[in-house]
Amino acid sequence: MLEVRDLSVSFGAVRALRSVSFRAEPGGVTAVLGANGAGKTTLLRTISGLVKPLGGTVSFDGDALVGRSVESIARMGVAHVPEGRGVIEELTVEENLRLATLWCLKRAERGVGVEEIFEVFPRLRGFRRQHASALSGGERQMLALGRALISRPRLLLLDEPSLGLAPLITAQLMALLREQTEGKDITVVLVEQNARSALSVSQHAVILNLGQVVVSDDATTVAADDALRHHYLGF
Amino acid sequence: MTLFFDYTLDGIANGMVYAALALALVLIYRATRIINFAQGAAGMLTTFIAFSLLSRGWGYWWAFIVVLLIGFALGAVTERLLIRPLHGKSELNPVIVTIGLLVVFEGLAGAIYGNASRGFPAAFSQRGLRIGNTSIAFSHFDVFILVAVLVLMAGMLVLFRFTALGLRMRATAFSREIARLLGVRVGLLLTLGWGLAGIAGSLAGLLVAPTSSFGPYYMDLILVYGFTAAVIGGLESPVGALIGGLISGLCISYVGGYLGSGLEPLGALVLLMVALMARPEGIFSRPAARRV
Repeated sequence: MLEVRDLSVSFGAVRALRSVSFRAEPGGVTAVLGANGAGKTTLLRTISGLVKPLGGTVSFDGDALVGRSVESIARMGVAHVPEGRGVIEELTVEENLRLATLWCLKRAERGVGVEEIFEVFPRLRGFRRQHASALSGGERQMLALGRALISRPRLLLLDEPSLGLAPLITAQLMALLREQTEGKDITVVLVEQNARSALSVSQHAVILNLGQVVVSDDATTVAADDALRHHYLGF
Repeated sequence: MTLFFDYTLDGIANGMVYAALALALVLIYRATRIINFAQGAAGMLTTFIAFSLLSRGWGYWWAFIVVLLIGFALGAVTERLLIRPLHGKSELNPVIVTIGLLVVFEGLAGAIYGNASRGFPAAFSQRGLRIGNTSIAFSHFDVFILVAVLVLMAGMLVLFRFTALGLRMRATAFSREIARLLGVRVGLLLTLGWGLAGIAGSLAGLLVAPTSSFGPYYMDLILVYGFTAAVIGGLESPVGALIGGLISGLCISYVGGYLGSGLEPLGALVLLMVALMARPEGIFSRPAARRV
């Protein structure tokens, strides 16, 4: 379980997060929703160690994350897919995947791991020896997600996977995400502006507004609350 | 025609040395976005260490290996102690540090060994090879230069293309943040990258010393030529460094041969300008939009 308590982050004079607290349970998706500038990306970057918080704690399965290096948090089984499909364009598709296995899989298991990801995302197989820059937006997101899954993470942080994707591709990705995570011992935090599709795969939803948590509730409850949706989620 | 042939051979041998230095610059630039102006001077300093070892009676090959290792250590220590603390500050700061190091290294060598230029032994004969009855402008030592730099390049290629360590290093060079998110310990790899650059720089120093006026400043021009080579190759590609080294070696050799050796630095400058105008991103670098 991921537990964020009283997390505050500042960039100079700007308070990006103010005393953010929430929990994300394993075996399901927790959606973090909100408008541009609400602090969603900062929240994920703080959890994975890229941003140092002003105060507050983040713990995962009882281990404190704040104060650890990005690399050691990753090696605890935290996979963060950053905003804008964080594939390394200069590496091939296969190298992108392999890179994520270096710390967690034995040499002999790496090839098998890569093949497993190609089973999940067959489209990627044809591009395995091509640079990731040759991929379309949707394919890059598949690669980024596949690269996160290959290390068999215990905590998966996804930052706007639907950004810039056609609705159909987004729906496919969400279905895949559910298929790959449901019923497994994995905690997923999904940051989205596309609240409708995020709520459709989530069990729990947290709404951020100007760096503060304004709602933390079951996803179905949030989706059913018209006033809430209109006010914060714009649909 | 024989003159042209001789200049070409000369250009190839010199070009390989420029390629070695260009490789050192490329290794550091692509990982840390810094032009290491002290790269040539570091090679000079380690070559002086070789000079000391040789004058104490060490065998050439022992000195050769030890000095390459010292070059590695010098690069790694520079990164760890001087460059790392500047990470996240203005990009100009580390560049100023490398210029400062250049001055320090040359001052140090001058203080210890004096500023006069002296001779440095070559590993092999510098007399031209003979084809039939004619002697060509390519010596056993030039063959050694060719082989040594090609072995270095091949070693780097194998490291980067076919090993997990090389994959980590490339990932760190292209996208440090994503590499960290994938559990790559980037700090160690940056140090290693500077160390490998130190090996390439030391090799350039050792190879060029016998054919130049070996003293505290003999690497200054080589740095300019190596930089030209690196820019032609795109500053990010080891293969580009090799091709860029050959191109600049040949051009500089023709300029020196036909127009006079005093014009060689000017030739390098013109070459640099032409290369930047014709293909600003370099031959082996894709004009990709980089992170801002």
